[in-house]
Amino acid sequence: MGNEKNTIRKVYMDNMATTRVLPEVLDAMLPYFRDVYGNPQSIHSWGDEAREAIESAREQVAALVGGDAEEIIFTSSGSEANNLAVKGLAQGQITKGKHIIISAIEHFSVLHAARTLEKAGFEITEVPVDKYGFVDPDEVARNIKKETILVSVMHANGEVGTIEPIADIARKVKEAGALFHTDAVASAGSIPVDVNKLGVDALSLAGNEFYGPKGSGALWVRKRVRVIPLMDGGVQEGGRRPGTENVAAIVGMGKAAEVALKDIPARGEKLSRMRDRLIKGLPAAIDHVFLTGHPTERLPQHASFCVEFIEGEGMLLWLDRDGIAVSSGSACTSKALKASHVLIAMGIPHEKAQGSLLFGLGVDNNEADIDYVLEKLPPIVNRLRQMSPLYAKFMKEKR
Amino acid sequence: MPAYSDKVMDHFMNPRNVGEIKDADGIGEVGNPVCGDMMTFYIKVKDNRLEDVKFQTFGCGAAVAVSSITSEMAKGKTLEEAVKITPALVAKELEGLPKNKYHCSNLGAQALQEAIRNYAKKKGIKIEGLQEKGEGDEEGEECEVC
Repeated sequence: MGNEKNTIRKVYMDNMATTRVLPEVLDAMLPYFRDVYGNPQSIHSWGDEAREAIESAREQVAALVGGDAEEIIFTSSGSEANNLAVKGLAQGQITKGKHIIISAIEHFSVLHAARTLEKAGFEITEVPVDKYGFVDPDEVARNIKKETILVSVMHANGEVGTIEPIADIARKVKEAGALFHTDAVASAGSIPVDVNKLGVDALSLAGNEFYGPKGSGALWVRKRVRVIPLMDGGVQEGGRRPGTENVAAIVGMGKAAEVALKDIPARGEKLSRMRDRLIKGLPAAIDHVFLTGHPTERLPQHASFCVEFIEGEGMLLWLDRDGIAVSSGSACTSKALKASHVLIAMGIPHEKAQGSLLFGLGVDNNEADIDYVLEKLPPIVNRLRQMSPLYAKFMKEKR
Repeated sequence: MPAYSDKVMDHFMNPRNVGEIKDADGIGEVGNPVCGDMMTFYIKVKDNRLEDVKFQTFGCGAAVAVSSITSEMAKGKTLEEAVKITPALVAKELEGLPKNKYHCSNLGAQALQEAIRNYAKKKGIKIEGLQEKGEGDEEGEECEVC
């Protein structure tokens, strides 16, 4: 600890948790704290300036997902966007039925929103995933019934990186006449997202996942689809999300969306090259490590593994000492003290899920960072295995 | 990161008494991988004292630190003294544990007790203060997670 910690190399690879705001995003935001501080709803020049800023951001965010500006509802986060989608669309369709389908690997903001609806009398079906985390479009179709009003399947999974066949799923859902929402928080800004190509009715995204500020999110909802607001209040966001707009965050998200739209190809190329070095390099450097999620149908910035015989938190603590920031889906690292529901749904046994490691690469990372991780992780794993009863048992049985 | 005390970090980074005692007089295993933590304690007994204590742990930083400090606390004690090591004493010796990691201290004390119980059973002796198996240390539906 102490001084030594200040001089070590710093490698942030937790970009699925959140990203660092880009300099141009910060620059775009700064005037909206002191210079332009009016309420966008006000009828004077202060208000006009603030309103123009959020309307311009609305266009930037809409462009990122291929939708119209008027279809964007700004929220406080991806979680709020998911809640608004699941609860707001379900409540808006309640006269048609009360059946909702989600996948087993949704983010808690979809999963728990669905469970809340279940307590309020809705019926929820969770469709399973295969070993890669793929949802089978036919499985979704098989579960649709007359009362099905909404299906929500994420675009890409933040824990294992797998990109779902959303266009195929959406087509089947639309044929059956239900609404389809996709949580694109992990994918929007990282890979091309087009609401019309995907064929969805609603799509969630979060600014802090693509180098915008925390506290910025949005739900795109197709015109004429009814959304019941989560809160009651004023007319902001077309009456669908009341509360004085967080102008600076919205402006920042807009700028980040504009940069992302332009940079997705170049970022994707750079990030996937580093990702593939990790995917090749870690299992080569450490025995009994396996990739989670699909090897190629995955987010370009995402590499996730299970390291057998040890538990994630121990690895995170040691990696942090070496200046490396990553995540894990182990029970110990979760506040809920449960192993990742995503890994369990993919059929990974609990003891292996406990050793999960997630690298979320970002635009600030470089090839030397990959070398550094490949150098630092093997001795940490070795050290933890030396005290693991599971490893001792495995080695005994091997002999 | 959980807010670990310096002492927890020290015992996590430099755990004492890691390993297996090949000809152990008693072995205690607690936890299961579903819950996320497993501890195995090995004891060597001489003249009613814990001459040596070693452990293997699969688990978080707190689980490793708890195992390490429990082994240190137990070493050299008589069996009667060792069975008095409670989770609260383990946590106190570590200068506290984060609230959601408190369960880890139960596992350390349980694994040690289990090893002593294993020894007592083999020898057919009774140890004052040693709880009967099944008194609140069986893994039920509820996980004792670190």
